[in-house]
Amino acid sequence: MDKIVVNKLDLFYGDQQALNNIGIAMKERSVTALIGPSGCGKSTFLRTLNRMQDLIPSVKIMGQVKIDGQDIYVAGTDVVLLRKKVGMVFQNPNPFPKSVFENVAYGPRIHGESDKKKLSEIVETSLKDAALWNEVKDRLHESALGLSGGQQQRLCIARLLAVGPEILLMDEPTSALDPISTMKIEELISELKDKYTIIIVTHNMHQASRVSDRTAFFLSGDLIEEDVTSVLFTRPAKKKTEDYISGRFG
Amino acid sequence: MPTRQKFDLELEELRANILDMGNLVNQQIALAVSSLINQNLELANSIVVKDLDLNDLQAIIEETCILLIATQQPFARDLRKLVAGFKISIYLERMGDLSVDLAKLTIRIGQDELIKPLVDIPRMSALVQKMINIGLRAYVDEDCGAAAEMALMDDEIDKIYSGVFGELRTIMMEDPNKVTQANYLLFASRFLERLGDYCTNIAEEIVYICNGKRMDLNE
Repeated sequence: MDKIVVNKLDLFYGDQQALNNIGIAMKERSVTALIGPSGCGKSTFLRTLNRMQDLIPSVKIMGQVKIDGQDIYVAGTDVVLLRKKVGMVFQNPNPFPKSVFENVAYGPRIHGESDKKKLSEIVETSLKDAALWNEVKDRLHESALGLSGGQQQRLCIARLLAVGPEILLMDEPTSALDPISTMKIEELISELKDKYTIIIVTHNMHQASRVSDRTAFFLSGDLIEEDVTSVLFTRPAKKKTEDYISGRFG
Repeated sequence: MPTRQKFDLELEELRANILDMGNLVNQQIALAVSSLINQNLELANSIVVKDLDLNDLQAIIEETCILLIATQQPFARDLRKLVAGFKISIYLERMGDLSVDLAKLTIRIGQDELIKPLVDIPRMSALVQKMINIGLRAYVDEDCGAAAEMALMDDEIDKIYSGVFGELRTIMMEDPNKVTQANYLLFASRFLERLGDYCTNIAEEIVYICNGKRMDLNE
């Protein structure tokens, strides 16, 4: 079943068009990778899926982005609830300067959860789902800033999971991590796919080929090609895709 | 030199090595059949020795493919070229082995009088060589159509093989003294039939390079 359906999406930064007539559907509980050279619009597109672009004053968006059949750009949409449902992980891990526990409990707390026992359960479950529990269970009340980069990124994922999202947006989540931490995040993505719909922006095409079910190639604001990952990386239909994944440009 | 340019040159070098290997195999087959027809033992022995060059070339191609896959981590057509190139080199190496097997039959028959004039075996050999020539051209041009056309020629080889099989079986039944040599000639025609099959396998790899699709051209 399609979780996200995007139709005729145009996005402008002032007068400059950054996304041109994008149309794509993303299935529930699957991983979609967005690839393309810098400035191609893939991160811009990612941020349209939870209306993070609304935070930029000059942005103008036309077209439809439907999640579970509801257009998220219609007037009256609660963007706070939207961003709870569609969470985001960024390139650099950005834990709060608080304890591991407080980082994960923060979201549920601001969404109204005050029961300590319930909060502890949420923290434990989220850390387990983010494959971090075993590494931090004895230091839950120590500063999150003392964790390694890879642990911090998984903590950010746990923080996201704690508020009960359905869709996870990941913007180059491993670009600042070493190979072992990268592998752990990739393994985590494979596990999280059973529960969540994941869209990942990555410059690492081998990562895209390893972790995703489908891949979309963006270039100059256009969606050039979108297909099953194994097909796109072995016999892409478009020459531009072939040239990009073969390292002929970008 | 830019990485991509260097990779293109390495792919070109791989292609040149596969072409060298294909041409050498073609030569080995022609000489092996010639040694059989002319009962030339010296030529047969030289084919056995020359096969070592083919083995060396295959090892170089294999090493190149592994290295390029590991270092360039290719996708799409680049990846297909390496996978197909690796497989083609294995097929060519086995074709070289079959040439050696043909040459060894020459040595086994020695100077014994041939039980029949060899007509069909040279015909099969000519067809195999034609397939290899078309195949090598199709490989260079990445010509899917030529590869498919080449694979069709295998049917003709199979037909001749079937005729040779019947003929030699009759000879064996009629004269038990001819059984040994008839068997050798049966093996020879069988080796040539197998060579045709390997050519078809190579055609399938060329199609794979062109469009990424696995097609059974043996059917």
